[in-house]
Amino acid sequence: MSAQSLPQATSPTRRLPRINPVYVLVVALILAIIVMNPAFGEPTGYMNFLKRVTALAILSAGALYVIVSGGFDLSVGSIMTLTVIGSSMLASNDPNSTYWIIPLMLGIGAVIGLINGLVVSYLKVPSLIATLGMMITLNGVAFMWSGGAPRGYLPDTFRFFGRYNITDVPIISLLPIAVICLVVFGAILWWGMHRTNFGRMLHAVGDNQQAARLAGVPVERVRISAFVVSALTAVLAGVILGGRAGVSVDIGSGFELQAITAAVIGGAQLLGGRGSVPATIAGALALEAIFTLLNLLGLAQPVRLVVQGLILIGAVAFATYQRKRAGR
Amino acid sequence: MKKIILAAAAFGMLTGAAFSQAPNFDDPAEFAKQRDQLTAAFNGPADQPYLQYAGDSMADTASFKKEGPWTVCFSNAGVNNPWRVVGYTDMTEEVKLHPEIGTFTHVDAEGSDDKQIADIDDLLAGGNCSVLIVSPNSTAALTPAVEKACAAGLPVIVFDRGVTTDCPVTFVHPVGGYGFGIQAAEHIIANVPAGGKVLMLRILPGVDVLETRASGARNMFKEAGLTVLGEEFTDGDNAKTKSIVEDYLQRGTIDAVWMDAGATAVAAVEAFEDQGVDVPVVTGEDQQDYLQKWRDLGFKGIAPTYPTYQWRTAIIAAVNTLKGEQVPSPEWILPQPAITQDVLDQYINEKMPPLHYAMCGCEDMPNYPQAWGGTE
Repeated sequence: MSAQSLPQATSPTRRLPRINPVYVLVVALILAIIVMNPAFGEPTGYMNFLKRVTALAILSAGALYVIVSGGFDLSVGSIMTLTVIGSSMLASNDPNSTYWIIPLMLGIGAVIGLINGLVVSYLKVPSLIATLGMMITLNGVAFMWSGGAPRGYLPDTFRFFGRYNITDVPIISLLPIAVICLVVFGAILWWGMHRTNFGRMLHAVGDNQQAARLAGVPVERVRISAFVVSALTAVLAGVILGGRAGVSVDIGSGFELQAITAAVIGGAQLLGGRGSVPATIAGALALEAIFTLLNLLGLAQPVRLVVQGLILIGAVAFATYQRKRAGR
Repeated sequence: MKKIILAAAAFGMLTGAAFSQAPNFDDPAEFAKQRDQLTAAFNGPADQPYLQYAGDSMADTASFKKEGPWTVCFSNAGVNNPWRVVGYTDMTEEVKLHPEIGTFTHVDAEGSDDKQIADIDDLLAGGNCSVLIVSPNSTAALTPAVEKACAAGLPVIVFDRGVTTDCPVTFVHPVGGYGFGIQAAEHIIANVPAGGKVLMLRILPGVDVLETRASGARNMFKEAGLTVLGEEFTDGDNAKTKSIVEDYLQRGTIDAVWMDAGATAVAAVEAFEDQGVDVPVVTGEDQQDYLQKWRDLGFKGIAPTYPTYQWRTAIIAAVNTLKGEQVPSPEWILPQPAITQDVLDQYINEKMPPLHYAMCGCEDMPNYPQAWGGTE
């Protein structure tokens, strides 16, 4: 009997082509949505969807840098809140303020990322705790700044990135600015992760910090840079989300976990060393598509939450199983 | 922050519901009472709504009469949403109008029942309070703490959310949740063709003052033969609100959006705007951003209110009590007007912050508008 099973174990069985299951999931979900609601196939349908997902997609791709390096960044949601609240407080309804506010916010984001990185690398505080502390602190700062009620609107020039569409575009008829942002920042983040030396070092640090150090990787600098990238993308996500929806006092809350979820659906390994930017963006699309699909099914909200939770667990379990079978 | 307090309240209600009897959020008698109060005549000066009251039952407070300066103690459920920020500003400004108040002690429970119970204990133990004002975080949890303060011989004023004891001098509140729901629903029924489709947007389930708003409106829609497309919870989040409305729009037309609170009304309006669809009836609340959007786009809006001027009334009730004057009791029911198209312009003030609640009854105060974040 064992003689019979032995060759089966060693000979490579016919494998599915190595395609990340997240892409299959996204295509399946989108097809299901189009079947349910043909209007989704129209430009307003899918462009609205992409516009909605942009903030989470960029955020997740940035958070992936930290995840690949073997850490967590829980502060990203609060950075988004701070960006939106801070911008509305500073803008005081002046449309010309956008040109200095966005760079200023990016600067603040970079400093926050730097602090996160320094605390994790040199004070040796686990990233989960360090960024949790940062999250609580920043929520407090945003609250203090606004006093609980923001005192300004975001001017239209600021909301441009998240809200406006270019109309009369051939073939697709309309093109939201947010979608352009998604493509541009997605490409930059893909390039940084998969085509640079920095990206390779990031993987090495997350995979085995000791080995990476012995191989001459500047571990601290790499990890700090990962936190800075993550914080910068959180500011961008804040600008886009604030643009789409306007000012709320806790606009970014919950996004830190959604970003991690999107990365994991995209096949990232939580303890570092593995992860792909395009797959993470697909993970964000899948998350939002699940949401939309369940809405379309017209299920009551409690049922939707149950189904959504089960699909999430299922998707990640399936991805892990596939990876194990593939022996990676 | 708002979410946390609401979630805490919701959790309290849920556990309470599971282990005792279910709280009744659909009470026809209370519904009818509030419906009458919306149009009833109120006693008191016409131009000072924060001094008006329904009915003529008064409490005699001669036994609480005290020489100044007084220490007014205030146990606050939280200052964790824009409505409470505006209300608390109304209150601190009102305190400045009464020279007899020597000290105003404010303790913030940050949306926690436990902290508020401890806060009240601390205030009682301190022994300095001449009067105790309580804005309870949740009804059942805070009732024993309020009873304890009464037993200590302190005059107690409760406002906003209630407690289930009548030991306080009075309970200051506007007409109530059913009233809010009725005002918005009546406007929709009057402006939507028969069989029209209504989307109901709510913050969170399980909170009494919000549940009554929804149940009041839901019954009226049913009676009027309107179709409720769905009841969705937005968590008070603009992005989520916009997504929900967009999704419903993809599935068909919407004739009206009913909202149990106005904080995300502008996001709902924008969903129509960005889709290039005419904005239908969208109800809101008295926040400046909604009022201005309503004026600019000219859709059929209405802003029921839960007036923040009740925060002023709480101080006035405390002052009257310490002076030994009569106070409307056991409830001081304040008027709860809705802002309609006819009076819209008089409530719009572009110098005020977007989340300023226009029905603050604060325009006659010395530090208006700076103290509320506005500019002259």
